[in-house]
Amino acid sequence: MAVLEVSDLSKSFGGVLAVQNVSFSVEAGIVYSVIGPNGAGKTTLFNLITGIYRPNSGEIRLDGELVTGRAPHELARKGVARTFQNLQICMNMTAIENVMVGGHLSLDRNLIKGMLRFPSLRCADAVLRDRAAELMAYVGLHAYRDAEAGAMPYGALKRLEIARALAAQPRIIFLDEPAAGFNPTETVEIDGLVRKIADSGITVVLVEHDMKMVMNISDRILVLNYGKKLTEGAARDVRRDPAVIAAYLGKAA
Amino acid sequence: MFSQFLQFMFSGVTVGATYALAALGFTLIYNASNVINFAQGEFIMLGGMLTVFFLKTGLPMPVALALAVAIPAAVGVLVEKLAIEPAKGAEVVGLIIITIGASLVLRGVVQIWLGKGAAAFPAFSGDAPIAVGGAALAPQSLWVLGTTAVIVVALWLFFNRTLAGKAILATSFDPLAAQLVGINTQWVLLVSFALSAAIGAIGGILLTPITMTSYDVGIMLGLKGFVAAVVGGLGNGLGAVVGGLMVGIIEAMSAGYISSAYKDAVPFLLIFVVLFFLPRGLLGAKATERV
Amino acid sequence: MMRTNYGLFVLAAVLLALPLLLPNTYYFDIANRMAINAIIVLGLNLLIGFAGQISLGHAGFFGIGAYASAVLTTHFSWPPIAALCAGAAGAALLAAAIAPPIFRLRGHYLAMATLGLGIVISIVLKNEAGYTGGPDGMSVPAMSAFGGEIFGERQWYWLFAGILLFSVWACQNLIDSPFGRALRALHGSEVASQVVGVNVARYKVTIFVLSAFFASIMGSLTAHYVGFITPDSAEFSHSIELVTMVVVGGMASVFGSVVGAVLLTALPQALTTFEGRETVAFGAILMLSMIFLPKGLVPTLAAKFGGRR
Repeated sequence: MAVLEVSDLSKSFGGVLAVQNVSFSVEAGIVYSVIGPNGAGKTTLFNLITGIYRPNSGEIRLDGELVTGRAPHELARKGVARTFQNLQICMNMTAIENVMVGGHLSLDRNLIKGMLRFPSLRCADAVLRDRAAELMAYVGLHAYRDAEAGAMPYGALKRLEIARALAAQPRIIFLDEPAAGFNPTETVEIDGLVRKIADSGITVVLVEHDMKMVMNISDRILVLNYGKKLTEGAARDVRRDPAVIAAYLGKAA
Repeated sequence: MFSQFLQFMFSGVTVGATYALAALGFTLIYNASNVINFAQGEFIMLGGMLTVFFLKTGLPMPVALALAVAIPAAVGVLVEKLAIEPAKGAEVVGLIIITIGASLVLRGVVQIWLGKGAAAFPAFSGDAPIAVGGAALAPQSLWVLGTTAVIVVALWLFFNRTLAGKAILATSFDPLAAQLVGINTQWVLLVSFALSAAIGAIGGILLTPITMTSYDVGIMLGLKGFVAAVVGGLGNGLGAVVGGLMVGIIEAMSAGYISSAYKDAVPFLLIFVVLFFLPRGLLGAKATERV
Repeated sequence: MMRTNYGLFVLAAVLLALPLLLPNTYYFDIANRMAINAIIVLGLNLLIGFAGQISLGHAGFFGIGAYASAVLTTHFSWPPIAALCAGAAGAALLAAAIAPPIFRLRGHYLAMATLGLGIVISIVLKNEAGYTGGPDGMSVPAMSAFGGEIFGERQWYWLFAGILLFSVWACQNLIDSPFGRALRALHGSEVASQVVGVNVARYKVTIFVLSAFFASIMGSLTAHYVGFITPDSAEFSHSIELVTMVVVGGMASVFGSVVGAVLLTALPQALTTFEGRETVAFGAILMLSMIFLPKGLVPTLAAKFGGRR
């Protein structure tokens, strides 16, 4: 059974049809990329699936369970994690605390126990801190383990978001332009990281503009244009599709 | 029955017009700088208090009035220069607190200088009430409404027909873009503060013969003006006027028909009602955050 | 970990040493008022500084606690502890009821709603003169609990000092706990905390209720301590004083709350002569603090002396 199934999803913002009747499904453990020109609706699609927007119509299923319109924090409970196109890092916290927040649901969040400093809470926190440090090393941020988030460069922060998403021990992770703003070397590194994540069994859904990275890494690709599904299939088939080429390069070619 | 309703309506619309002027002041400054100027109420207070002061020193009415509008305008510019400008880019909480601080300073200074007593000056065209449909309409109310109407129309013309006005509007939509086309956004900010203070002061002057003035009238008037601006939709000029009249009328009606003890609570209860159904006020813009 | 405990030990030492240094009951009274404000501000700072929300009407909850204690002990002969609990429960319930709709609002709209709440509470307190004695206030019997009576500034000092110490410890723990981390994350990025599973709406309500709880309890205790309360205690100006203490001392700083409360409780004492000057001074402090020390006194000093948060 597909880990993610989207049927006939639509969203409009006051007359602008951002996403129109998009359907696709994602099998477990693969790398699934969503591509398309700017404004095609990719991030909106992500926002719909991760609960940040409510769709006007359509269905979203996680492992068969209907989750359309559920709030983001509920979806987190179901194993959904994501990163953002526009960095959403908590600059008021340290790097490792940002990652620890990712593991929020694994801890006892009781207010009273927190105020009274229950030993069980302190223990669990220490365990999470160690795991967060491991995750930071996993994404290549070992050097920033004790850093303040506000002091880190852009590239490091993008990786930090990935570490935070992984801290939630998700089943499926949505990466919104993880290589945005990266130079070729950094892109290759992210490429490797995404592969590593997929190999560990987590389903990866990716939005990316860097075609080389996308072709290199994806098992299947969904192409969006003007909010509609243009085509979908195995990576090598999609790259040769004339409609896709036309959408990206324009008809005249 | 009807005459009583009319009576409440008159007082509601009169004070509502003052709230509308205060709300317009808030809106002007909010549009220019994204700041809610909690000192707005003090500009209203200054209008009335300064008029009383200047009349006492023997100056003729027109001169007193002119000064009572010009000085708050200058104070407005001062507030912008000394409080807002140095705090560029602070969080919402910070900006709110700075303007509250400015309002305290203004109020404290007036308290020290002019004392705590209440004062008034005679109505502009006498006190003889005009009988309308069985209710008594004070001539001063007509002054309030008339002047407010003139100001609203003048502002509309300014913003929609003059280049300067359009420059200010442009800045409120996108300050960076406005700068890039050569608009002096600094100047826009100063003008907005001066204008908003002047409008507030005029409102205070007009209302003084009816309700008297003192060093602390600014608090409630300012807060209610803020309520009016929020209810109407922050940043929307028409919303400010509609909000002001609405708050004034509902307040007067509640005081008349339900309970006058809770009159002051009404605008604030109104806030809850309106914001519950319309989180951006009656005419406020819907905002979506891009993630 | 050792760093934060250090601060707590210093505070404990100061609180223990103070009675030996204070010359007479007048100074004990000031110390008591500082402690009262510090405890309220600790709760308020959780809301404003750590969670990044705002409340311009917090004195309303203080007033609820104060009048619950006053009215229930005076008119209905309740034991003071019961009245205090009732007040705290009432404040918490009100906060819990009004928070969900209010916290859907943002920025200025949220500020306005909290401001409205405080004003409505203070107007109700002023008007229900039958119960509350109206604008002139009412007197409150002394605090008695477990058979004994607390009387005199010195006895109250030990109570307030104890509560303060406990509150500082509890707040420090809270900040470091999973709950506290979620709160700070909420402030840093609401959407990011949502996607990791933080029910943002529920957290805002919870912290609002907690801070209302702090304010109400201190309102009750203050009523018994002073022996008299007026509706001024729930006024907008009191709410602003509390926010000033948060801001000047340091938003998102536990010791900042204490410092802010201490400084701004001492100030009116220094300016008792003329109210107008006090208003001007308060206003000037607000403005200057936010302009030059936007992070507040303690965080700015901490950053200068390297690293301690």
